[in-house]
Amino acid sequence: MSTHDYLRQRFFPHMWCPGCGHGTVLNSLLRAVEQLGMSKNEIVMASGIGCSSRISGYVDFHTLHTLHGRALAFATGVKLSKPELNVIVPMGDGDALAIGGNHFIHACRRNIDITAIVMNNRIYGMTGGQFSPMSGVGINATTAPFSNIDREFDVVKMATAAGATFVARSTTFHAQQATDLIKQAILHEGFSVVEILSQCPTHFGRKNKLGAAADMMQHYKDITVPIGSSKKKDNPDLIERGIFVQEEAPEYCREYDKIIEQAMKG
Amino acid sequence: MSTQVKFVQGNEACVEGALYAGLDFFAGYPITPSTEIAELLSRRLPMAGGKFIQMEDEIASMAAIIGASLTGHKVMTATSGPGFSLMQEALGYAVMAEIPCVITNVQRGGPSTGIPTHGSQGDVMQARWGTHGDHAIIALTASNHQDVFAMTIEAFNMAETYRTPVILLFDEIVGHMREKLEVPEPGEIPLVERLRTSVKGGVNYHPYLPREDGRLPMSDFGDVHRYNVTGLYHDMWGFPSSDPDVVHGLIRHLVDKIENRTNLLARYKEHHLEDAEIVMVSYGSAARSALHVVKNRRLRGERLGLLELQTLWPFPKDIVREKCANAEAVVVVELNMGQVMQEVKKAVDFPERVFLANRIDGVFITPMDIRKLLRLIQGKGV
Repeated sequence: MSTHDYLRQRFFPHMWCPGCGHGTVLNSLLRAVEQLGMSKNEIVMASGIGCSSRISGYVDFHTLHTLHGRALAFATGVKLSKPELNVIVPMGDGDALAIGGNHFIHACRRNIDITAIVMNNRIYGMTGGQFSPMSGVGINATTAPFSNIDREFDVVKMATAAGATFVARSTTFHAQQATDLIKQAILHEGFSVVEILSQCPTHFGRKNKLGAAADMMQHYKDITVPIGSSKKKDNPDLIERGIFVQEEAPEYCREYDKIIEQAMKG
Repeated sequence: MSTQVKFVQGNEACVEGALYAGLDFFAGYPITPSTEIAELLSRRLPMAGGKFIQMEDEIASMAAIIGASLTGHKVMTATSGPGFSLMQEALGYAVMAEIPCVITNVQRGGPSTGIPTHGSQGDVMQARWGTHGDHAIIALTASNHQDVFAMTIEAFNMAETYRTPVILLFDEIVGHMREKLEVPEPGEIPLVERLRTSVKGGVNYHPYLPREDGRLPMSDFGDVHRYNVTGLYHDMWGFPSSDPDVVHGLIRHLVDKIENRTNLLARYKEHHLEDAEIVMVSYGSAARSALHVVKNRRLRGERLGLLELQTLWPFPKDIVREKCANAEAVVVVELNMGQVMQEVKKAVDFPERVFLANRIDGVFITPMDIRKLLRLIQGKGV
């Protein structure tokens, strides 16, 4: 199958702005699914609310477009009730880490076999450019007209601390790496988090004078390095890309199967 | 297996009813006075091959049962006031996306943290209007354990029949009281199972296109039909739409599928209504005291009757109107400031003769409390 076969083409054109990074993430995701040879019927995509969450409407899987921040909780119900399904949850940064922060850390802790893709554009795009928990100090946003004083999360550190057993990061500039990371995340048995830095030229870029989409992607190239790169030693501000955590731990649904076995013995 | 006789809490009767109805997925969060439901199901569900999960809060609990319903399971969550408030967002989602599920609210006194270990019936209106936007809802209640069992089964049956969330509005008094429960043999009470589409696959399956009989066949996630589920207004494939015709058609469908069946959905009990001069209308634990008063007064030859409501929403206004038509006075007995009384006033032809017998201090209303009001109505003085 080609990646086109995984799309609901009758619902195009998509609603993302020109230059938005989310289409690139969708591309990486579909290539990962294609390379893994997955069938459309075995995939459930659950998403929340926001620009990123509209991905679920465009893919020809079982799709569940839910509530702002709650996608992982819906996904947990899907996965635990039918563990043979592959559950993928694309999320925005506000969706995953502000309103959905509690669900996010508890999904990490439970280590349920779900793949979360955090499309981090550091802004609330759909509502018109308010700062998110990922914007960081000094950023301009419609709700931070005098510049932002809210400190930001580090998704990788947070997911790691909360117990996710696969944690990775890439950017829309590094689409092939992103494809590879999503592939590994889907194959990983346990809760996996892939953060993908994704440009929002319309709101984040414009407010913060970062240029057009291509400039913002070039910026991702400039400010990131592979994990362990010697450049990071010289410039600690560089953001690392790659797999940070990849470990085996008891997966929630399998552990629950053991509970059933034990309970049925009486 | 024959009929089992048990001595149980009301919360346990709810668990027995849910399991009888085929519950196989429960998600919840501990909260007084509903916690026993979660505790019991954490043991009973895996014993029967079902699944229990304790989520991080009530928002997540409600979300998880919706996810599990979509894979084809019969699902429930249980909570009380504050948790019920948190569930309202996803409850509205279940209304909009037409997800069969059951939400049990064992009511305690509110607002806010209120009085967690005492009974109340203060969530009648929250059950009706807690989630935002125009919508219809089904809410059932019961005054004794046999009825808790029966109404729980009804809730699952209605949820499947109409593809809708159904609320079980119990209260702390019934939830924690112990009395006898007879669990009938499997098969004795009819169950409604998930109606699945007979369409073989492809885009010919329309998850949101009602059949001629009004029912909407479903397809489990993981089956051959891939469709979209959303809380946005959507077309018959489940895809978002802001077309005014689509929006109007969907809201009418969501409201009409329940409101147009108000009489069909009405569950109630009549106690000595035939010649009653004073009709009491009550439900849940409060109906126990009302029934006690009726029985006592009948022994003295007084014409008192009780209409015990089990369906609170959609409010059975035609039935209330009919049963109260010949009454000189109607006394609504409830543990709140008149939430059902207002509905009764709207239903009857003589709202000025509808009175409220209530308690709002966390204490169960006694037959004596009701008698005091009756003396006033009957002109016997305080």
